[in-house]
Amino acid sequence: MRALELDRATVRFGGRAVLDAVDLVVAEHEVVCVLGPSGSGKSTLLRAVAGLQPLDSGRVALDGRDQAGVPAHRRELGLMFQDHQLFPQRDVGGNVAFGLRMHGMPRDRQGERVRELLELVGLPGAAGRAVASLSGGEQQRVALARALAPRPRLLMLDEPLGQLDRSLRERLVVELRELFGRLGTTVLAVTHDQGEAFALADRVVVMRDGRIAQSGSPLEVWQRPADAFVARFLGFDNVVEATVTGEVAVTPWGKAPVPAGSGQGARTLLVRPAGVRLGDADDGLRCTVAARTFRGTHVALHLQPEGAPRLEAACALRDAPEVGSTVGVSFDPAEIVVLD
Amino acid sequence: MTPAKAAGGARGARGSAAARLALLAVPVAFFAVFFAYPVAAIVARGLHVDGSWRFGRLWDVLGQSDIRHVLWFTTWQALASTALTLLVALPGAYVFARLDFPGKQTLRAVVTVPFVLPTVVVGTAFLALVGRGGLLDDLWGVRLDTTVWAILLAHVFFNYAVVVRTVGGLWAQLDPRQEEAARMLGASRARAWRTVTLPALGPAVAAAALMVFLFTFTSFGVVQILGGPAFSTLEVEIYRQTSEIFDLSTAAVLTIVQFAAVGAVLAVHARTVRRRETALRLVDAAGTARRPRGAGQWALLAGVLASIAVLLVLPLAVLVQRSLDAPGFAYYRALVRDDGNVFLVPPIDAIGNSLQYAVAATVIALVVGGLAAAALTRRDAGRLVRGFDALLMLPLGVSAVTVGFGFLIALDEPPLDLRATWILVPLAQALVGVPFVVRTMLPVLRAVDQRLREAAAVLGASPWRVWREVDLPMVRRALLVAAGFAFAVSLGEFGATVFIARPDNPTLPVAVARLLGRAGELNYGQAMALSTILMVVCAVALLVLERLRTDRAGEF
Repeated sequence: MRALELDRATVRFGGRAVLDAVDLVVAEHEVVCVLGPSGSGKSTLLRAVAGLQPLDSGRVALDGRDQAGVPAHRRELGLMFQDHQLFPQRDVGGNVAFGLRMHGMPRDRQGERVRELLELVGLPGAAGRAVASLSGGEQQRVALARALAPRPRLLMLDEPLGQLDRSLRERLVVELRELFGRLGTTVLAVTHDQGEAFALADRVVVMRDGRIAQSGSPLEVWQRPADAFVARFLGFDNVVEATVTGEVAVTPWGKAPVPAGSGQGARTLLVRPAGVRLGDADDGLRCTVAARTFRGTHVALHLQPEGAPRLEAACALRDAPEVGSTVGVSFDPAEIVVLD
Repeated sequence: MTPAKAAGGARGARGSAAARLALLAVPVAFFAVFFAYPVAAIVARGLHVDGSWRFGRLWDVLGQSDIRHVLWFTTWQALASTALTLLVALPGAYVFARLDFPGKQTLRAVVTVPFVLPTVVVGTAFLALVGRGGLLDDLWGVRLDTTVWAILLAHVFFNYAVVVRTVGGLWAQLDPRQEEAARMLGASRARAWRTVTLPALGPAVAAAALMVFLFTFTSFGVVQILGGPAFSTLEVEIYRQTSEIFDLSTAAVLTIVQFAAVGAVLAVHARTVRRRETALRLVDAAGTARRPRGAGQWALLAGVLASIAVLLVLPLAVLVQRSLDAPGFAYYRALVRDDGNVFLVPPIDAIGNSLQYAVAATVIALVVGGLAAAALTRRDAGRLVRGFDALLMLPLGVSAVTVGFGFLIALDEPPLDLRATWILVPLAQALVGVPFVVRTMLPVLRAVDQRLREAAAVLGASPWRVWREVDLPMVRRALLVAAGFAFAVSLGEFGATVFIARPDNPTLPVAVARLLGRAGELNYGQAMALSTILMVVCAVALLVLERLRTDRAGEF
C-alpha cells in the first residue's frame, strides 16, 4: 500500500525549479529519509506534501487519493518543524491536545490521549508545564507528541534533530527509530545530516538541485554512491576521473586495482580512506603527510602526492605517520568503487 | 534563510492575494469615503470657482497681509516651540535614559500623561496657571495669556514626552561600552560623548524635532484657548474663516496650504526615520542606567525634576485646585444643572455624549485599523499595499481641522448627507484614531511566525481557526492597547469634532471650549471642573495602557 506518492511533482520559484519532476513513493510503515544539502529542495518537498506549497505541475497522492485542492488542514498529516514551533501561549498539554481539538475529539478522551503520548515520548506528567520552561530536547519530544497525537497517516519531520547537541541527537535518533518501529508509523523525514538519515531510515533518498540523485537502503547508498555528487556529499573526498580497463583503473594517482565486474571506460572512481594503504616511502605512490586529524576511532591523514590531487587516508593512531614525513601509498580494491 | 524558503513566502503571498484584497476592502472604502472624498471636496471648494479651476486663488489668498501674518506666526511659533522643547526635554531624555533613581518608573508615566491629554485640557490648565485670575496673577500679578509665552510653554508641556520617548528610548539602548571604548582609546569624557553618542542620537533628535514641529505647526486647541485675538495659527484661522466669517472658499485654500506643508514635513520625517534605522549597536535598556555620580549628575537630575514639577505637574495641579475653588464642589454641581444658558442641555450630558462617541469611534477604528493591519501583516506585501500603509498614516499628520472641515463641506449634502446623524462625529474621530490602531497592531502581528500558523494548519486548523487559535491570543494585548489609544484619542479629540458636533450634543472638549468662551466665574469654574474630569479619565486610560504594554512593541 502506498501511503504517499509523488508523481513528477514540480515547484518553481521565479522560473527556477526547486522541485523538478520528483517521483517518490513511501510505502505504509516505511521510514524514508530525504538527504541533501541546504537548497536542494527537501524542505519544499515536505511543504508540497503538507499542502503548504502549491505544486506547479505533477501530483501528490495520499493513500492513493490525489490531494489537488485539498488544503493543509484536511490532509491529516503530521509535520514536525525544524524549530518545533510550539504554541507559546499554551502549556505542554495544550500543545499536544491542539490537533485533537481541531479534529473534534471529546475532552475526556483528549486528556487520556495527551497522557498516553507524553508517556510515549518520555515526558510523563509534563502536561501542565509551560513551553518556555522546556529544554531543547524536551521541546523536541513535545513537538513529536503533538504531531503524533491525531494519528496522522504520514508523519513528516523537517530536520528533526537539527538544533540539538550531538550526544542528545545520537540518543534521540535511536529512540525515534524504536518508537516508529513499535507504532508502525509511516515517516518522511528530511535532513542534511547523513548520520541522522542512515540511523533513522529504512530508505534514503538523496536530493540535489530539486531532483532525486539516488534512492536506496542506507547500506546501498553508502556502499555504492550513485555519482560523484552523492559520494562527495557523503563525505568522501577521494573522487577522481579514471579510465577503467578490466580490473585496473588509470588514475591521477597511478594505476589502481578495481573490483571484478566494474564498469569499463571513462568513469568516476571513489577510493574510501580505508582503502588507502600506507607503506615505505619507496614502495608505491610517494606522498608527503600534509595534515593529520584525530577522529577518535582513527586518524584522518591528508596526503600530498607530487603532481596529483590530495588523498585522504584513515589509519589507526599507533600507525599514523608524523606531519611532513614521506610515505608510499597503494590501494585496496575492496574499498574502491567505480561509479556509474 | 535559503532563497528557496524566501521565495516560498512570496508564492504563498500570491496565493492569498485575494484574501488580502478582501481584508483591504473595508479600510480602503473607509478611507476613500471619509478621507479622500472630503479632501477632494476641500480642493474643489477652494480652487473651483464659478465652474472653472482657478489655481490663482492660492496666490490671491496668500497675498493678503493678514493671511501672511498668520503663516509667519504659525511657522515661527512652531520653530520656537520646537527649540524650547528640545532645550527643556533633552536633559530629561538623558536623565531617563542613563540615570537610575527611586520612583523613575512612576515619573516616566507622569511625563507621558500630557501627551495623551486633550488639547483643550492643556489650554485650560495653562489658563489656570498664567491667565487672568490664574495662579501667577494671584501671586505676583503676572499674566502670560496675552503673550506668546503661554502658547510656547503649553507646547513644551505637550511635547516633552515626545522627545523623552524618542530620544531617551534610543539613548537608553545605546551600548555604553561604545563610549567606554572611545575613552580607552584616549578620548575625554566630553569628546567621547561628542564623537560616539551624539552622532548615534542625531537622527533620533531630528525625528523628534520634526514630530514636535509638526504637532506645534498644526496646533489648534491650545492656540484657540490661549492665543486670544492676537495670535492665530493656520488651523485657528481655518476655523475662524469657517465659523465666524463663513468664507469657506478661503478656508479651503488655507487647508490646501496646510495639507502641502504637513505633507512636506511628513516626507522629511519618513526619510529621517529610515536613516534612524541604520545599524546601531543596541542593548537592553534595563542594563544601561546608573545611579547618579558626582555633583554634575546630581544637579542635572535636580534640574530635570524641578522642570518637570514646574512645567508638567504644576499646571495640572492648578487646574484641579481651580476646579475645587468654590465651596461645596459648586462648579461640579453646576455641571449637572440645566440652566439653559450656555447649552441646551446640562454640561454633564457632554460626558455621556463623549463616552458614547468614543465607544463608537473605538469600534470603528478597531475594525478598520484591525483589518488594515491584518492585510498589511505580510512583510512581502506589494508596493500597492505599502503605499496604502503610508496613506493610513496621513490622518495622523494631516491636522484634525482638515478632517473636520472636510467632513463639514463634503458630508453634509447629497450624495452623502450625514449631517443629521450622530455617527458623523465618531467617524471623524475614528479616522484620527486608525493610525494609532495600525501602528500598535502591525508590529505584533508581524512578529507572529508564519510557520506557527502552518503548524496549526497541518494539525487540522482551518484558516479561520488558525487566526483564532494562533493570532488572536498573541494580539489580544495589542488589541486592548489599540482600543485604549483609540478611545483616549476620541475622547480628547477637539479639532475635528468642533466643526461637526451638533450644538445640542457637545462632547467634553467642545463643552469646555464653549464654557471658556463665556464670561463669568461660574462658567470658568465649570470649564475647570469638566477639564479635570477629562484629564482624570485620559490619565487613568494611559496608566492602564502603560501597565498592559510591557512589550513596547508599538511605536507610540
